[in-house]
Amino acid sequence: MIEFHLEKRTGVAPYMQLVQQVRQALRLGLLQPGDQLPTVREVVSQIAINPNTVFKAYRELEHEGLVESRPGLGTFVLKSLARSSPAEQEALREDLIQWLRRAFAVGLDTESIAALFSNTLHLLQKEESTPTT
Amino acid sequence: MIYALETNQLGKRYGKRWALHNCTLHIPQGCIAGLIGLNGAGKTTLLHLAVGLLKPTEGTIDVLGTSSRNPAALLPHIGFVSQERSLYRHFTIGDTLIMGKKLNPSWDETHAHRLIERLKLPCQQLVGRLSGGQQAQVALVMALAKRPEILFLDEPFAHVDPLVKRELTKILMETAVEQPLTVVVSSHIVSDLENICDHFIILTPSQVKLAESTEQMGELHKRLIGPRESFESIARSHTVIQASHTGRQSIALVRTRLPVTDPVWQIEDVSLEEIVLAYLASHENAHTPLQPVQFMKEVIR
Repeated sequence: MIEFHLEKRTGVAPYMQLVQQVRQALRLGLLQPGDQLPTVREVVSQIAINPNTVFKAYRELEHEGLVESRPGLGTFVLKSLARSSPAEQEALREDLIQWLRRAFAVGLDTESIAALFSNTLHLLQKEESTPTT
Repeated sequence: MIYALETNQLGKRYGKRWALHNCTLHIPQGCIAGLIGLNGAGKTTLLHLAVGLLKPTEGTIDVLGTSSRNPAALLPHIGFVSQERSLYRHFTIGDTLIMGKKLNPSWDETHAHRLIERLKLPCQQLVGRLSGGQQAQVALVMALAKRPEILFLDEPFAHVDPLVKRELTKILMETAVEQPLTVVVSSHIVSDLENICDHFIILTPSQVKLAESTEQMGELHKRLIGPRESFESIARSHTVIQASHTGRQSIALVRTRLPVTDPVWQIEDVSLEEIVLAYLASHENAHTPLQPVQFMKEVIR
């Protein structure tokens, strides 16, 4: 079961935050097909939020084909967004931890690491999208 | 369509001063509407008009399709928590509940006791001996145990500590899941309301500045950052709520349905709190008053 949280100081609408958290859990394999999302009532008691916001988030996820609402039963996950198995992800995480330790060791701070990461990711994506001659 | 709260050209005057003027609102049923304004903006006046404690000087106000001028028929359907909490100080909490049961045909005894237990309120204690925060909780329990169709809450979170505030908010939201309920809740603290309200009414002294869904608020308001010399053209095509200029740069919070096409402007989303603060501050700068906007969208349920 997923637990939601809300961040106040972002420009992201609360319903979109819920949508993103579900997508994230699907990507990481924390939510898998057949799993049930918390009921609206449960979310409301958990994070003190307007029930319409939760309805809206679930409708959006349903619209994207990620979940399905079964009347009287609840909302269930239809498909996963994880591209790799939990074991593969764990192995990658191990590599990443090694790499992060090295980055800290040479004196990079969190912001520089994040900048380096997103910059490299960006470059790589650009390289892969331009056809090689 | 029957609105939960409908006002047309509503006004209330005390002597020469208008506490509320030209107030036109259409709040659909099922909304949780936040009433935001600085002290003295007319929030309490509007709520007192809604529950029939005050008579309008002009205009009309209907709650659930019935005029608030004759509140007798309405009262069983309304829950109201006033700023003064309006409790009998010499009653214990237990006595207060008994009174609630005898006076309200729709009283839900089980619900009342469950809430008192959940909030860990001491049943034997005299209401007058309770802290301000505890009195606020008792008042809310009284209003909820009536199982009202519409709740009017005047600063329900004042003097309430953050943990209890969270608990009260949860109780309110759970109630909105369990039964059809409209809530109109006033506060001058935006963060108390931003996650629970789907509509906002912003009052600046005696005037409705804005009334719309939080969704529309988010879509229609943008922050623009760009060169000062281009500000005038922006101000011509969009409604500027607030602007500041430093050196060569202008920062403006605008309300617009049109896309900003000029590439010199950097466009950012604005948080609800910033939008509200801009409106509250804007009445001091002499901008042309905005037309009050009505709630156009139905609540999704």
